[in-house]
Amino acid sequence: MLKYELVVVGGGPAGLSAAVEAYEQGVRKILILERDKELGGILNQCIHNGFGLHRFKEELTGPEYSLRYIDLLKDTTIETLTDTMVLEISEEKVVRAISAERGYMEIEAEAVVFSMGCRERTRGAIQLQGDRPAGVFTAGTAQRFINMEGYMPGKRVVILGSGDIGLIMARRMTFEGAKVEAVCELMPYSNGLTRNIVQCLDDYEIPLMLSHTIVKVHGKSRVEGVTIAKVDENLRPIPETYRRIDCDTVLLSVGLIPENEITQNAGIAVDPRTSGPKVGELRQTEMEGVFACGNVVHVHDLVDFVSEEGVLSGRGVAKYLKGELETTSNFSTANGEGIGYVVPQTVNMSNVDDQVTFYMRVRSVYDRHIVRAYLGDTLVAEKKERKFLPAEMVNFKIKKDILSNLADGEIRFVVEEV
Amino acid sequence: MSKEMTCIVCPLGCHLTLEPEGESFAVSGNKCQRGKKYAIEEMIAPKRVITSTVAVDGGSYPVISVKTQAAVPKELIFEVMEDLSAVMMKAPVQVGDVVIANVRDTGVDVIATRNA
Repeated sequence: MLKYELVVVGGGPAGLSAAVEAYEQGVRKILILERDKELGGILNQCIHNGFGLHRFKEELTGPEYSLRYIDLLKDTTIETLTDTMVLEISEEKVVRAISAERGYMEIEAEAVVFSMGCRERTRGAIQLQGDRPAGVFTAGTAQRFINMEGYMPGKRVVILGSGDIGLIMARRMTFEGAKVEAVCELMPYSNGLTRNIVQCLDDYEIPLMLSHTIVKVHGKSRVEGVTIAKVDENLRPIPETYRRIDCDTVLLSVGLIPENEITQNAGIAVDPRTSGPKVGELRQTEMEGVFACGNVVHVHDLVDFVSEEGVLSGRGVAKYLKGELETTSNFSTANGEGIGYVVPQTVNMSNVDDQVTFYMRVRSVYDRHIVRAYLGDTLVAEKKERKFLPAEMVNFKIKKDILSNLADGEIRFVVEEV
Repeated sequence: MSKEMTCIVCPLGCHLTLEPEGESFAVSGNKCQRGKKYAIEEMIAPKRVITSTVAVDGGSYPVISVKTQAAVPKELIFEVMEDLSAVMMKAPVQVGDVVIANVRDTGVDVIATRNA
């Protein structure tokens, strides 16, 4: 049987960064398994720029960002297998995978990193009503068609959901000659970054219709139009506002779900708040020697932080293989008022270098508020922002000195008025 | 009269306020100098980096991604797109290879952002 110190499941930004960091920490027998025909993951279809400002201090496109990491592999002993699908991981950390070239294979791993990323919610996931013609795509599928496969999916477009991919695709389809009629967003606020609303919609006078949804898709073999409606405060469509828009294409940008079938089959529980495995400060899961990082743990909005999590899990793997990874924890984290989730879910201080970054999302838009961390009634730390938005992940850093002075327990994060 | 805008230079998306100051503007709310440059440029002559694809012959995919190496005047976006649609590259292509030099006399090159 093939034997490796570390097997990485998924060769996108999280997996690449985890493998490179583990290598830098002295791990030598590393294998990355990737199901697409090349490394880089979803970045390969994200041809717009804006990646890497934190990580590389310059503005790169997605393919350029992933190539930086792929190039780093060249000077290492890290091996890669593309066009290879991981089927499952056994309790003994035997990785079962399949590829057209090699057929079925079993690989014995001392440590595993899960970096499978996430996938888009589909028409079925949101129970979009109406006919079922061709022409309804997730935004990411359309993105791959245009940016990699060289196909144009349609000419007149309505986009449902204002996630970043939807906004980016509104601009991209406009560039390629399509007319984007509208972007409908169910919530009264956008789910995308403000800069994307400015540079992808406002620049091209594409209307963003907040508190609107598509109630029906029309069309026999191809989409012919949609009926849209305004929704009330309970998100229910208001019949008096029904209006038809003619179009041949509907793009859905209605959220992402971490892809955790392999995780769950391995017996690792998924946290309902994140839809990802519970992880510790070095992204260790509840299964010994198994780590997880990036969008498989929770959906990020910036790849830079995906890479950062990859680094953490790479360090964790190296520590684990040396037998130095502490498995107990000093702190658990909890999401209090206004906070949807917190990652990591546990912290062991002996694995912390100088600080812990807690990632979290607020549940709705908060102006003039502050996020505070409490242990019992004791205020541990606080984080101010001009505005907290559900679309923008909060990075809450707490110094090791502060955490070291606390008794073990639960750190609770809450949004409070200033 | 002051003007408000969201900076698009990076994903931080700073909220900028501009106040007229002589021939130019005083910018506040920016967390970096590039934000100030963006805000003033946006008032005088807005520019954007264009990212798109061009056809490639003999690559693993039928298109490769490209970008303008720097921001170009916003009003030229669709003219640049037209030029890009006429391009057919031949593999091998390396990241950074020039696809169109000095596109539309902007002094800016369009370069490949992907290998083929």
